[in-house]
Order: sequence, then C-alpha cells, then structure tokens
Amino acid sequence: MVCETQIAQFASLSLDCGETLSAVDVAYETYGALNAARSNAILITHAFSGDAHAAGISKEDGRTGWWDNMIGPGKAFDTDKYFVLCANVLGGCKGTTGPASINPATACPYGMKFPPITIGDMVRSQKMLVEHLGIERLLCVSGGSMGAMQALEWAVAFPEATASVIPIAGTARHSAQQIAFNEVGRQAIMADLDWNAGDYYQGKPPARGLAVARMVGHITYMSDDSMREKFGRRRRDQDQFEVESYLRYRGSQFVDRFDANSYLYITRAMDYFDLTNGNGSLNRVFESVKARFLVISFTSDWLYPSYQSLEVVRALRGRNCDVAYCELPSNYGHDAFLVDVGEQTELVRGFLGSTFGSPRSVAELVQRGN
Amino acid sequence: MATVTQTTEVAFVHQLLGRSDYAIISDLVEPNTKVLDLGCGEGELLAWLAAHKQVDGRGVEIDGTRVQRAIARGVSVYQGDIDHGLDDYPKLAFDYVILSQTLQEVRAPLSVLREMLRTGRHGIVAFPNFGHWSVRLAHLFTGGAPKTKLFPHDWYDSPNIHFLTVHDFETLAAAERWKVERRIFLHRNKQISAFPNLLAEVAVFMLTAA
Repeated sequence: MVCETQIAQFASLSLDCGETLSAVDVAYETYGALNAARSNAILITHAFSGDAHAAGISKEDGRTGWWDNMIGPGKAFDTDKYFVLCANVLGGCKGTTGPASINPATACPYGMKFPPITIGDMVRSQKMLVEHLGIERLLCVSGGSMGAMQALEWAVAFPEATASVIPIAGTARHSAQQIAFNEVGRQAIMADLDWNAGDYYQGKPPARGLAVARMVGHITYMSDDSMREKFGRRRRDQDQFEVESYLRYRGSQFVDRFDANSYLYITRAMDYFDLTNGNGSLNRVFESVKARFLVISFTSDWLYPSYQSLEVVRALRGRNCDVAYCELPSNYGHDAFLVDVGEQTELVRGFLGSTFGSPRSVAELVQRGN
Repeated sequence: MATVTQTTEVAFVHQLLGRSDYAIISDLVEPNTKVLDLGCGEGELLAWLAAHKQVDGRGVEIDGTRVQRAIARGVSVYQGDIDHGLDDYPKLAFDYVILSQTLQEVRAPLSVLREMLRTGRHGIVAFPNFGHWSVRLAHLFTGGAPKTKLFPHDWYDSPNIHFLTVHDFETLAAAERWKVERRIFLHRNKQISAFPNLLAEVAVFMLTAA
C-alpha cells in the first residue's frame, strides 16, 4: 500500500488562546474507501512525534507508517471495511501549519511568534478536515498517548460527531511526572545556543538540545524490563553501552525529522491539556458524551499509568456511558501501543465490529466460545 | 434468528452456554433492556442477550484474558473486581444486574447484593446450593469439607469463600426486605419446586428492593 500525504487548506482557525491563525494547512493521509452512507470513517490521532503517515509505504520516502501494524487490510483498523484517515497535528512539522511554517503576515517562519496551541485546537483542525472530506459523523476516533487525549477531546467537544472513541495509553490530564519529563526536554532545547530564542530557521537548528530531549523521551517510553531485555549491560564498544548507543542514535535520527519549536509547542499543549478545564470533575465533563468507549492501558506503562485510564473509565461509568476497559499485559512500557499490538488488535477489531453494527454471527460466537 | 420460538431459544442458550442458570437468566431478561453482568467471564451471556434480546449489555470481569475475549466479541466489559465494581454507577442505571454463580466467591456478598439492587431495577442471582443433600452427605460421611460435583474443589484451592443455602438466602432476603419476584430451583438442568433446600443444585432468584 503506497500512500501520499495530501494537504487541505483552510482560510483560518480560531484558537483557544483567542488568536486566529490564518492560512492553515492540514496534512493528512487516507486508507480504504468511504462507503456510500459515509458511515465507516475512522480518524486516527497521532502521538507527540507522529505524523499523518500512519500506514502503508510513503510514496515520498519509502518509510512505513507509524501504526502500519494496526491499519491495513485485515488488520485492527481494517481498510477493507473502514475508511481510515490520519492528520498531522496543528503545531506539528510534517505538513500541518506549525512554528516552522511561513507566517503570511511577515513572510518569515513563525518561530516563537506562533500562537500557543491546545489539544482542543488540534481537534478543531481535525474537525475542519473531516467536514472538508464530507464526513458528518465518524465511526471512531482512536489514538495512543497524546492521540488518546485528542480522542477524549473529540468525545467531549463534538459528542454528535463520533460514534465511538478508543483512547489508548492516555490520560485526561498530565501528572506532575509527565509535565516534569516534558520540561526537561524543553530545557534541553532552550539551553542549546543554536536554539536562538526559536529563531534558527536561517541557520543551524538546536540539534544537540533536541537530541537530548528525545533521549529522555525514549527512556520514558520503555520500561525497566524492556531495557534490560533489549540492552542489559552489553557494550557496543570499549567505551559505550548499547543503551547509550541506542539513545544517541534515536536522538540524532529525531533531529533530522522534527522541529525543535514544534517540540516546545506540542509538549506545552499536552501539559496544559485538562479535559475538565480545571474544574476537576470528569463526571461533569462527560455529561454530554454520547460515544461508546474502549479504553486500553498497559501494565508496564509508567509514563501513562493505568490509574489515569481508570480515572476516565470510572467517570464514564458514573455517567452510565458505554465503556469497555482492559489493562493489557506487556513489558514494553508506553511503547506497547505501537509495538505490542497482538491483543490490542483483537480488542479494537471486536469493538469496532460491534460499533459498526455487524454483530458477530451466532455460529462464530459458538465457535469462539468453545 | 428473530423467528425462532422462545423454547428453542432457551434450549439453544443451554446448548450454547452449557449452563442451566444462563438458560433461566436469558428467559427472565426482557428484550430491549439494559443489563449488567457481574463476573461476566468471556461475555457469552451478554453477547447472546445482545443478539437475541437486543439488550444493551455491560460486564465486569477481573480476569484479563477473559476481558480481552469478551471485548473481542464486541461486549463492553470493564476489567475490575465485583466487590467494588458497582461503586461508580448511578442509582438504577440498569434494568437487570446479574450475578451468576459468583456470589459465593465475592468478599462481601451482602454489600454486593445491596449495590446490585441500588444500581439495578432487578437483581438476578444464581448460586450453587450448599444445602443440597449430596453436600450434606459428603460432609456427614467423610467428616471433611464437602467435595461434590457442585463443589469439586479441595478446601485449600476453592474459589468459594462463602457457603450458602437456599434457606440462608431466603432468610437474608426477608431480613433485608427485598422482594423476591421469581425463585427458580434447578436439579440437573430441570426445574423443581419441592424441597429446594435439599434438592436444588442451583438456585436463581430475581429480586427487587421493595
């Protein structure tokens, strides 16, 4: 499946901060076909460093999509049945308008003049895209990590616009620990002299700072178990542990594909995200929610621990919403939703099938029951 | 499927699920209702009720593998324990709250039963009857903790932590002033009416908080 990222252009977008962003591009990809009733569309929301290229092989650079193991013919998000779309988030650097984009008012990159954005802004830009594609109601919005925050925001901001949501390894608001790790990343970038207060697009990007930020990120995405298994105390050479080599490689690789200012803006959006808008009560927030929920967390995920998913689930139950919840066993830490997808696939497939209104045949039920 | 008669449906449930209490429960539940199944296993009963009685079903199950299978089957199941499984739900959130063959395994049966009748219009409880003659005989003749077809475990590996009889349950229901709407007693998958405390292997009660 060879895929090409497309760009939808919008005149403007009103932001939560009160400013209006003009000339907004949204980069997206689609997989599968929209049915005649336009009832089989699924929006995939990506995590912090993801992009619109969720599945298939990129026509541009041959890369495989970041959730290719979940999206495709016969996979969890089955493109033989569903029309799947994924868009780069607002503030990103993979085709959607962000700090590296040209500010039409100045003809220069925004840099730190880019307005602060929120998860809510990201979701509103996705809503514009979905409407632009002629879809009134989505079958599902699903994503992991920051993608889960967007999925939750969808259910609350546009209760009529999606039949279901699948937030995976996510939260309704960041904990102090999550904010702390993000802040270390931001400080690493801003401490790099090449950052130059965000004005580096004419010169050298803050590569060292961004690489260190990414290294910290990668530690939080793994688990003690998975690191012990993957690296142990093995040496790459005389003066380098395998784990050091891995983190350096991941850091340097990230610099080539990610913009440091996007890092600052998007992590801020995650940290400030609070589904309750500061009033503390998820129960009240879910009052108007109509979607079905499948919430998934992973045992070894210490960055987005299960208690955060459970908080969402319990509030939904308090509203008597239709919610399924499972904590999947995995050693892969937060990365599990990307790499350990066997059981996750079964859950998503069954949940989507029953949401789409294709109850399994009784024969199949008997077979599976035995 | 909608054309098959009620009797064939029940027979089919029995064949499908292999549990007589499920057959009775599926008969008690009215179509187009909201049902919560506590200790729902792999969601067999809820899937069947959704397909044949168009119920809006939810489940609670502690075992992760079973939860996975239930969700894969399209049933909305919450992974958690029954003792605290109902805390979050508002009053009368369901038409029926079902507790099938699990009452003897929960830590605090009375609070679970009260919670069932707080969150559900009707509570349906099925449990193995410890007063059955075979249990009494096993205890009388061996002098050990009863080990029978119904209670096949040794005392040290049994999931059952409370042993109750039909008589015990009736006493509790009266003390709590619950209204018993239906009582069904089963012996080898057949309904019986005489001497239930002695002859019933499984008892099914449908209750409401009067």
